[in-house]
Amino acid sequence: MTAQQIIFLIVAAFVLGSGVMVVTARNLVHAALWLVSTLFGVAVIYALLNANFIAVVQVVVYIGAIAILFIFAVMLTRRDMRDSGPQMNSNWWLGALVAALVFVGLVFLLQGWSGFTGTAADLPSGFEPISLLGEALVSPEAYVLPFEVASVLLLAALVGAVYVAFNKK
Amino acid sequence: MIPQSWYLILAAALFGIGMFGVLTRRNMIAILLGVELMLNAVNINLVSFWRYSDVLNMSGQVFSVIVFAVTAAEVSVGLALVISAYRRRNTVIANDLDMLKF
Repeated sequence: MTAQQIIFLIVAAFVLGSGVMVVTARNLVHAALWLVSTLFGVAVIYALLNANFIAVVQVVVYIGAIAILFIFAVMLTRRDMRDSGPQMNSNWWLGALVAALVFVGLVFLLQGWSGFTGTAADLPSGFEPISLLGEALVSPEAYVLPFEVASVLLLAALVGAVYVAFNKK
Repeated sequence: MIPQSWYLILAAALFGIGMFGVLTRRNMIAILLGVELMLNAVNINLVSFWRYSDVLNMSGQVFSVIVFAVTAAEVSVGLALVISAYRRRNTVIANDLDMLKF
């Protein structure tokens, strides 16, 4: 076991443990805070994968914006969110069964793939993922069209969110 | 070095946990929290496939950046819907919102 593997196992256990707390916590504010810790663990996973920019974006966008938006929404609907009563469906075991089947099926499918146990090649010297990513996002031969479509989608979501949540009275 | 299977199994487990939350929680905001976990699992997969194949091909990272944008759009519209439904019906329990049912 190398140090990297030990770090990975600790972070993975942290991510999965807080993920389970997200879906089982009775208090929704606690669930949102557990989501923050899950997202932070995933950011550490990105850093382990040498995707530093994605790790920073994860912290800034997910934790800084999306998780805080969730906490705002929980507080705006707080009156209805008493912690009494069941937090889960009556057929929760069916959901657990489906989720376990999906997990087992995914692992079974991936096991037959030849690259399953492959290890990563070393990064080339002087490798700059951020500049490559920036070029890929704006170069016409690569991904400029999905990039522009994503910006149109964000604009549409902005307008839609304002329209849907607007109080007409 | 860490084999790629570790990342893929972690992502599959996180996806399963998120799917459990989506299928079983009664509160609409909790359902959206489950969707967040599933999207994060997908992102781990995309970034690990970038790292373990040709690192000069940035497709994996570009896709994960676009997943970030889609997630932001999904959460803003989803939470707006939840707040709107709460204003009109005074509930955030998915079972109580059955106006479209006969």
